[in-house]
This record gives sequence, C-alpha cells and structure tokens, in this order.
Amino acid sequence: MSLSELSALPMGTTASILGIRAESVLEQRLQALGFRVGREISIMRKAWLGGPLHVRIGTTEVIMRRRDARAIQVQPA
Amino acid sequence: MTNSVNCNKCNSDGSPLLDVMSTDGLKQIAVLGMPNTGKSTFFNRLTGANASIGNWPGITVDLLAAKIKLGQQQTQVVDLPGIYDLRGFSEDEEVVRRFLESNPVHLVIIILNSTQLDRQISLALQIKHLGLPALLLLNMADEAPKFGVHIDAKQISQRLQMPVFQISAKYGQGFAQAKSLIAERLGLQSEPVLAGVVDRNLVSDEQFTAEMEDLISSGFEVSTKFKNTLTTKLDQVLLHPIFGLPIFFGAMYLMFQVVYTIGKPLQDGLNQGVEWFKVTALEPLLSFLPKFPHDLLIDGLYGGVGTVGAFIPVIWIFFICMAIVEDSGYLSRSAYLMDAFMERLGLDGRSFVMSLMGFGCNVPAIMGLRVMRSPALRLLSMLVIPFSLCSARLNVFIFMTTALFSASVAPAVLFSLYLFSFAAAILTAFIFKGKYPNQEPLVLELPPYRFPTVRQMLLRAWMETQHFLRFAWKFIILGVVAIWLCNNLPQNVEPASAGTISGMIGHFLQPVLAPLGINPKLSVALIFGFIAKEIVLGGLAVIYAAKQDAGLAGVIAKDIDWVQAYSFMLFTLLYVPCLSTVAVIKAESKSNKFAILAVAWSLGLAWVASFVFYQGARALGY
Repeated sequence: MSLSELSALPMGTTASILGIRAESVLEQRLQALGFRVGREISIMRKAWLGGPLHVRIGTTEVIMRRRDARAIQVQPA
Repeated sequence: MTNSVNCNKCNSDGSPLLDVMSTDGLKQIAVLGMPNTGKSTFFNRLTGANASIGNWPGITVDLLAAKIKLGQQQTQVVDLPGIYDLRGFSEDEEVVRRFLESNPVHLVIIILNSTQLDRQISLALQIKHLGLPALLLLNMADEAPKFGVHIDAKQISQRLQMPVFQISAKYGQGFAQAKSLIAERLGLQSEPVLAGVVDRNLVSDEQFTAEMEDLISSGFEVSTKFKNTLTTKLDQVLLHPIFGLPIFFGAMYLMFQVVYTIGKPLQDGLNQGVEWFKVTALEPLLSFLPKFPHDLLIDGLYGGVGTVGAFIPVIWIFFICMAIVEDSGYLSRSAYLMDAFMERLGLDGRSFVMSLMGFGCNVPAIMGLRVMRSPALRLLSMLVIPFSLCSARLNVFIFMTTALFSASVAPAVLFSLYLFSFAAAILTAFIFKGKYPNQEPLVLELPPYRFPTVRQMLLRAWMETQHFLRFAWKFIILGVVAIWLCNNLPQNVEPASAGTISGMIGHFLQPVLAPLGINPKLSVALIFGFIAKEIVLGGLAVIYAAKQDAGLAGVIAKDIDWVQAYSFMLFTLLYVPCLSTVAVIKAESKSNKFAILAVAWSLGLAWVASFVFYQGARALGY
C-alpha cells in the first residue's frame, strides 16, 4: 500500500495515520482532537465544491478543510 | 449567547478581570473542561447560576463565577473557558493558563465527555502534572453505552491520583453524589494551590504520550464499532450533498414561521391587555395630573414601553427555537454545509455559525469570534455579523409587516428581509475579502445530535429574554421619553408638527431621507434607533401616539404605503444595529478606525439599498 494524503482518500475509506506535518497551532489542535500516529481514521463524507471533509477518529467526529487535511499522511487499510 | 451578560467583567482588551469578587475566606473551585462536554450544564446545576449552554465549541469565552455553599464551606466556583490543551495557543487556552498561574485554587473540577475519554483524558493528565488538587467528572455517562464505551473509573483514578466519578449533568444522574464528593475533597484541602508556570511544569511529549497510552489501555474500551448510531443516520440526510442545504434553509424558514404564527396572536393579546389597563386603570388614576405630565406618562412612557413589552412572548419563542437549533448540534452541521461557500467569501463555517447566532443578538456573536486566531478573519466576520437580523429588529419588522401587509403575505415579506440580511452579509464579505485575506485552518468537532431537555430549553429562553430586557430596558425607557419630548416641545405648537424638535430634526434630514420615502416622523424613529433598535418600535408608538381606535398599526397604515414601509424596514435592517454592537466591534478589533469603517459601511449600504428599492418600486408604478 502506498502513502497518501488524507484529502485524497475516497469517501467511506478507513486508513491509519502515518504522520502529521502541520504548523504547530494546527498540529496541537489535531492532537487534542485525537489525531495521533497509528490511529484509525475514516472518511465519512466529503462536501461538494471543494468543501470540508467529515472524518471520524475513535468516537470523535470532525470536519476539516481539504487544505488542512493535506497535513495528515495516511496509509489506506 | 448570554456570554455578553458578563462582558462587564472583561477589560477592554478582552482579558478577564479575575478579582471581581472578594476571595476572603472563600474556598476556590475552578471548573475546567474541553468544549462540548456539557461543562456549562454542570456549572448551572452546581451553582444554580445560569451560564449559556451550547454545542458550539468554545462559546463560553467569558468567565462566569458564582458563590455557593458546599457542605459547610462558602465557595466561589469559576467556570473556565472550554479548552483542548493547556499548552494551546488560542485565546481561551491563554486565559485558562493565566488563571491557573495567578489564582490559587482549592480544587479543580475537570469535566470530560465519557464517550471521548480516549483523547480528552490528556487534559486531566496535564492537571495532574501541574500538581493541582483535582477531581475528574466523566460527564454524559448516559451516552456512553450508546457508543459501546466502557470505562474503568478505578484504574483511571489510580493512575491520575484523583477521584473519578461518572455523571450525567443533563439528566442529573450521579449529580448528588458528585456534589458531596466535591464538598468532601474541598474539606480536605485547607490551603489553595497555585499552578506555577504551566509550560515549565508539563512533561516532555514522549513521556506524556506514553502515560496517555497507559491510561487509555487500562481504563477505556470501545466494545463495538458504532457504525450506525442515530447521529450517523441523521447525518446521511442532513449533510446530504444535494438535500442538506435545502433542508437547512427549510428548517430555518419553518422556525421563523413558528415564531410568527405562535408569537403573533400572543402579542396581539398582550397589546389588548396593555390598552385595557391604560383605559380602565391608568387614565382614571392619573387624571388629576396636568396635561403635559399626564400625556408624557401615558402616551410617552406607557405607550412606548407597552408596545415593546407586548413583544416579549415573540422573543421568548424565538429563543426557544434558537436553543433547539444550537443545542441539538445542528448549528455545527451548518458550518460543514456552508464552508465551501463561505471559503469563497474569505470566511469560514464558523463565521456562518456566528452570523446565525447574530440573529439572536449581534453582541455575543461578535464576541464569539474570539475562537478564531487570524485577525483578518475576525475583522471580516465583524463586518458581516451586524447584518444579521437580530431579535430587536425582528420586533420592528413583525409589527410593520402585519400593519401594512395582509396576513397571507406578511410572513413572506418578513422572510424576504431575512434574505436581504443574507445578501448584505454576502456582498460585504465579497467586497472586503481582498482587504482581509487569511489562511486560518478550519478543524471543528461535530458533536452527536442531542435533543435539549425541556428544562434546558426553558432555562435558556428565560435567560436570553432576561438578557434582552436587562440590556434594552433602559434604552427603551430613555428613548421613548426622549422621543415624546422631541414630539411635544416646544409646547406652543401642535404636537409632532413641523414646529416641534422632532419636526425640525425630521425636516432637516429630509434632503437625505426623502429620496428613500422616509418621512420626517419615520426619520426621528431612525435617529433614535441608532442607539438601539428596540427604541424604533416604541418610538413609532410615541410618534404616532395612537389615540384613534385603529391603534398604532392602523394609524401607520394610513400615513405611509407599503413601499415606504419596506424601504424603512430595509434601512432599519442594514444600518448600525445599536451602540452596543459598535462598542463591542471597537473593543474586539481594538481599533477606532475599524469601528468607524463598520458604521460608515452599514449606513452607506442602508441608504443605497433603500434608495434603489424605493425609487425602483416607484418607477415601476407601485
């Protein structure tokens, strides 16, 4: 399996987080929301017209812009 | 929304003044938690005080404090802002850090969401490392089984070296035991403890991560993969790429219909009561007074205040609806639905949510923008929010639409004003987005759908209505009295004629306002409306001193036609909402220049929109 960016995954897929490379403010917020290396993340849906992603990590659901999702490297399960 | 109630506890730079209450002999408790954990609900239950509750992360920006008796001890409980991380960079996180570094406490009550303990436990771990006396409450225990979450409170308690207890602040389960546990811990802690410098006392990332893993693996377990919770099913419909937005706007339309259809008859009934009281009690009682003070009291004060007072049920119903939309978690979903659009306007989903909050009151909505870090994004949002049709303007519009339009079209006319409100906001963002560019990340939590309890809804509506009254009452009384005086001075001329003060003001402004179809009488109401929109309606009641049987609505309908009325409503919708909004814009932007820009832009837009509408309608022969 190849590495990919979270924002590139299709709807309904699950992947595991390989790395997070964001500026420190965003990285800290992501960590607080439960984004950590090794955790499973599922893409619930993607808004049309380049809108945000709706993802689930553990029991937490989060929306994030695709631009910000690029910071998250994942490996599809 | 009630966070503005406490804005008098803030410095002009937005930082909290923490020494507002004397602390002598009081035990100090700080309530700490992540956003969306029901921290405010818990705080309300514990203190009987009333902070606002909301599913929107970070809404409790101001510090609420209350003095209560716990066991035998007088205690001051402070509600800290909901934060994710004690090392975080947001304004709220800075506030909490500063609080713990400079205010010794006897106990920190940490509130976390049971179902999300796997990530939220980090906050409790940070408090442990700071060496503060603490107690951990795992809230929303009622939701945990639905998510298949099992928690071993004993294991967690051992590792964190603090008592851990599961409760449901919403339904009150476990609350009584939690309260006695808090009193007991408080009794053991005779001296308050200071956190020291937070950043220096927290451990390294590696050690922290290891401790987190240990905590989660020993005390937290999700037994089933909850693929099909009610929230997931609802989201499939409500966040649908095609149907999501129409459903959202449909729900909003429905809400305004509800406010209108239930609120209107109530308002009519109250109005009749107000009139009845005037005729049967007030007039006979005050008949001994000379004409001038008699009329000042009855036509000025009582007439103006009574007309506005009759709208209280409408406001109350409006806030019940807002409480449902906000507390259910649907408001956060609107950020997802609208973000793609908002991004093109240089804003984001949070700006949209705050604009919707602004439909209640602009002031707390603007203060709520503190959750954003980018100054440019905040400024742009601050220019947009004042166009949200707030409850004070709603009063004026419900009144005028019913006075001048038939019952079948009046709700549609009202709805068109909401559309104009959105249009003005969009136009503003579009014009100014180049001036305030930003790259702010958007990462937002979507809480599960929750239906607020009846208690929560009533409490919320009561608080908001109280806030509205406390906030508006002085303005309304001063405003209607001032308008009555302007209308009746000097005494040697016909009231409200060209010779009175208001006649002179009105005529002085005619060159500017006549092209909008706004006559001298309406001009006076607009001028006083600059102070607060609540005055406009009371002012109209005074100006048109409705002595005729037709009542105020009938008198106004005789004086102006629907084109003039609509032009007047457009102007009222768009120009500066009230002095308080201007003040909060100035305080939050820390710039006089920006506040002036916001005022000038809204005035200019109001004039142009009314001009185009009025002249256009007349040109078309209406």
